[in-house]
Amino acid sequence: MTSASTPANGGTIYHVKKGDRGTILDIAEFCLWYGAAQALFGVEMVVERGLVTALIGPSGCGKSTLLRSLNRMNDLIDGMTISGNVTLDNNNIYDPRADVIALRKRMGMVFQKPNPFPMSIFENVIYPLRVDGVRNKRLLEETAERSLKSAALWDEAKDRLHQSALGLSGGQQQRLCIARAIAGDPEVLLMDEPCSALDPISTARVEELIDELSGQYTIIIVTHNMQQAARVSDNTAFMYLGKLIEYGDTDEIFTNPKSRQTQDYVTGRFG
Amino acid sequence: MSQGHTVRKYDEDLKELNNLLARMGGLAEAQLKTAVESTVRRDTDLAAQTIENDDLIDELELQIDDLVVRLLALRQPVATDLREIVSALKVSDELERVADCATNIAKRTIRLNEHPSIKGLSSLPRLAEVSQRMVKDVLDAYLEKDVDKAMDVWHRDDQLDALHTGLFRELLTYMLEDPRNITPCTHMLFISKNIERIGDHATNIAEMCHYLVHGGPMRDSRPRSAQNRRNANKDGGGSPS
Repeated sequence: MTSASTPANGGTIYHVKKGDRGTILDIAEFCLWYGAAQALFGVEMVVERGLVTALIGPSGCGKSTLLRSLNRMNDLIDGMTISGNVTLDNNNIYDPRADVIALRKRMGMVFQKPNPFPMSIFENVIYPLRVDGVRNKRLLEETAERSLKSAALWDEAKDRLHQSALGLSGGQQQRLCIARAIAGDPEVLLMDEPCSALDPISTARVEELIDELSGQYTIIIVTHNMQQAARVSDNTAFMYLGKLIEYGDTDEIFTNPKSRQTQDYVTGRFG
Repeated sequence: MSQGHTVRKYDEDLKELNNLLARMGGLAEAQLKTAVESTVRRDTDLAAQTIENDDLIDELELQIDDLVVRLLALRQPVATDLREIVSALKVSDELERVADCATNIAKRTIRLNEHPSIKGLSSLPRLAEVSQRMVKDVLDAYLEKDVDKAMDVWHRDDQLDALHTGLFRELLTYMLEDPRNITPCTHMLFISKNIERIGDHATNIAEMCHYLVHGGPMRDSRPRSAQNRRNANKDGGGSPS
């Protein structure tokens, strides 16, 4: 399953585990600047469709920046410039003619802190459909049920669908945000430290959920919790100072990393 | 290691683990030495002392087990740390067995000394010497993470096997010569077998050294001995095992 490691640009070491459904995202020679400060240096990375890819690295290494580049959330930051390409199914997402809204629909995002909207659970879940102007009541109800079931929240929420989402616990709110992210039927789920504000049991539930959603969705997760990366992901990318140091099979990264820097980071020697 | 862990207690625990392993290795080596010395010199007291000392090794093994379990539970080690901890557990197991073999040798020696000495047996001291060297060198190699040195020990196992087979044949002739030799020769045969087993434990430790350093089993470096072993099997039991 693991392809041969071939050193490539910028010295990144690759030993990526291949999925059986090809690749979905191709990040090529990607650099990013916040004003004069360069945050990403020539990142070359291909994401396998249907697998879970974890991005790890010490604070400020560029992993969140990279994640946010994938659905062009960094566009909102003044003075941000990029070079290189990111292609989603062979469509360049940074093409000036690309439809950013359509892109973000294909890439659902879940943030560090649960951010339900101040409305009912039901309205939260079907928000992506409301935005699209869907009026069909049955379709809305079916989507809400399917998404809440996928997010393992249905049993807890089905009797209170029309109560405020803000009454849910933190862990439930985060699963609601995941339900909302998948209600729009994206292909990729981007998760930016989705468990860092959750208690251990809620964290375990979200991890279980990631496991269940993988295969159906391509998941890219940024996490500070290395054990979490080790548990949930198929491939792990280790970043340091804006560079992709090592990208490969998670099992290898955590038992026998090829790069000294990866080794020092995963064993807790710096970062 | 390029640098220490952010959590210093983790480093201290890993150091402690290595110290325990080094002590256990030293003790196992000493046990082997006194055991074979007691055989060669027909020294029953020394053999009894060796048997008694085995408890120290068992005690160290328990300490290592405890520390390994604690490290696994508290630190969730990965990469080199994980390999170091897992292989320490396995190496301590091998050392415990080396010590067991030494105890067996001592026990047989006591029984053997109840009989007149077997004449000749020129190869026993040589057999003992080779096994002791293997244990000493493999421990050094492991603690120094020196894979080349470990592989050297690994290859020496064939030599030990050959010496054991030679001794077996020698004992066989004595037994054929005079049936009264059968009892002492059988004891001696078990002693030789235990020494030969110690070589196997040493090769296992050599393989752990390879795993510790390279993170995988030693697939590529096997050819010579694997070939020899296959041939040995084809011989149809020329060597007692």
